[in-house]
Amino acid sequence: MKFAHWLTGTVFGASMLLAGAPAHAVTIGFSQVGDEGDWRPAFSKDMQDEAKKEGIDLKFADAQGKEEEQLKAVRAFIAQKVDAIIIAPVVVTGWEQVLREAKRAGIPVFLADRDVDVTDKSLTVTRISADFNLEGRLAGAWLAQASKGQCNVVELQGTVGAAPAIERKKGFEAITSQFPEIKIVKSQSGDFTTEGGKKVMEAFIKSTDNLKGICGVFAHNDNMQLGAIQAMKEAGLNPGKDFLLVSVDYVPAMKDELAKGEASASVELRSAIGKYIYPVVLNYLKDKKELPRWIKIPSDLHHAAAPND
Amino acid sequence: MSEKYLPLMATIAVFVILFIAGGLLYPNFFSTLVLGNILGDNAFIIIAAIGTTFVIISGGIDLSIGSMIGFVGVVMANLDSAGWHPLASAALMIVFGAGYGTLVGFIIDFCEIQPFIITLAGLFLLRGMCFMINLDAVPIKNPFVLEFSDMGIPLFGGGWLSSSAIVMLVALVVAVIIAHWTEFGSAVYAIGGDAQSAKLMGVPMRKTTLKIYALSGTYSALGGVVYALYTSSGYPLAGSGLELVAIASVVLGGTLLTGGVGFVAGTVFGGMILGLIATLINFNGSLNGAWIMISGGLLLFIFIVMHRFLVGSLKFRAGS
Repeated sequence: MKFAHWLTGTVFGASMLLAGAPAHAVTIGFSQVGDEGDWRPAFSKDMQDEAKKEGIDLKFADAQGKEEEQLKAVRAFIAQKVDAIIIAPVVVTGWEQVLREAKRAGIPVFLADRDVDVTDKSLTVTRISADFNLEGRLAGAWLAQASKGQCNVVELQGTVGAAPAIERKKGFEAITSQFPEIKIVKSQSGDFTTEGGKKVMEAFIKSTDNLKGICGVFAHNDNMQLGAIQAMKEAGLNPGKDFLLVSVDYVPAMKDELAKGEASASVELRSAIGKYIYPVVLNYLKDKKELPRWIKIPSDLHHAAAPND
Repeated sequence: MSEKYLPLMATIAVFVILFIAGGLLYPNFFSTLVLGNILGDNAFIIIAAIGTTFVIISGGIDLSIGSMIGFVGVVMANLDSAGWHPLASAALMIVFGAGYGTLVGFIIDFCEIQPFIITLAGLFLLRGMCFMINLDAVPIKNPFVLEFSDMGIPLFGGGWLSSSAIVMLVALVVAVIIAHWTEFGSAVYAIGGDAQSAKLMGVPMRKTTLKIYALSGTYSALGGVVYALYTSSGYPLAGSGLELVAIASVVLGGTLLTGGVGFVAGTVFGGMILGLIATLINFNGSLNGAWIMISGGLLLFIFIVMHRFLVGSLKFRAGS
């Protein structure tokens, strides 16, 4: 083991000389879930780009959707003595052990995206993520304004029990309940998928006699809304012209629909969020000031070029 | 006889070389902390792979390991919600694993079905049962789980031999004794070397096959218990694809897929090499996660070719 110590010392010295990099650069480990869908790879890329801009030495680990890989990555960060760890958790459970190891090593942990289920809340500094509830409220507020407070709405819910579905619904209803003439007349789950949204909309079209008396469609995500637009067009209806369509995510396909005027509005779930996350982490490393449990990333709403009325 | 140990030596050499390379490349790599992490973080998969080693030495295969790990976790998490102590549910699941393995062994021997197919059926069946029970991750809240994770032996230099790693090392010792100092162990090697001769020599085929798969089921259930305690939860998607990681660990450890040749200790190093690669890539911090699989695949390929060469040139394989 003497040899190892000697080698460690030499290697460390040599690497310092060779690298010549500023030794004071902040090193942050970021453990990402994986690269599924459109949103997550964009999020990963933004984190890497923003780290470069901020001069952060980012250690990025892709867990490939596996909890055990994520635990390995966080332990590797701890062994590397990084200055801070950011985790976008694969699952909410199973974090207590490794977070305690990070705490023992004196490394602050920040959460992005999902929350974790731990009994000791002091194990993480804060969570920096979008607020699903606010997204729902923005969608509701836009619809209330566009319909001047008079609208029968059909709702395409996300996967039953999923946090974004629950919170977006709550937020939407919190606003629309202020307007007695806005009513959600039908509500069903389309599982966040395009096919799901299409099927649910087909059923709505049948059960309401071609959406008679309906003025608005609220979908918990863009994919379902895209399916609903297909179903409406197949039934000979004019989405975006005769109906107000509002959803959440602002994916590229929805941008096209908004440009064509076949959808009305979409609340953006930002993927370029490195600029919200890093300053929080860097400031905390400087002043160690206690932060609120949850720092919300603001949402934005995009609507069609010429909103109909 | 020393040629027999060549693949094992090669495996250990690769591990040592990779570890030294990591130390040269990255600061803070040469530490008992990293070594302890590799043992602890991969303990569950190495335990399962130890069981698979017996199956593969006998010329068979077991594809239901990953699903077994997921199933054990989901059941333990639900029993925890029902108030069971984790040790009680762990004991139940290990008995279940042994029973399940015995049944698989019986079907393979009695119905003369390929192990590949029956264990593939097991893969689907157990994974399906996970989803029947739960769709979400369920936490195991019994305080014993945290006590278990706090147990362990501190190593000099700030490292930590975790309880998972200790369970793995005990499982290894038991497996080495079974493989090399019991009649059953010799029978496994004999069947894998040449099943016909083994039969003629009076090796009890049915009894041995049953025991081989019972052993594999027990070890994969134990791997599942360690995984459940390690993640303190049951997640229906947990362990998917791990059967292939286990098989890769066995092959990297110098066991021939054709049977008859191999060492349990080699499997431990095989599994640690895969864990070491993941650690190296995490330490690098700019490589895509795909590199874990790519380098694992490349190593596997090199090892298989090397084994082929060793087998061909040295003719140490029994019965050939």
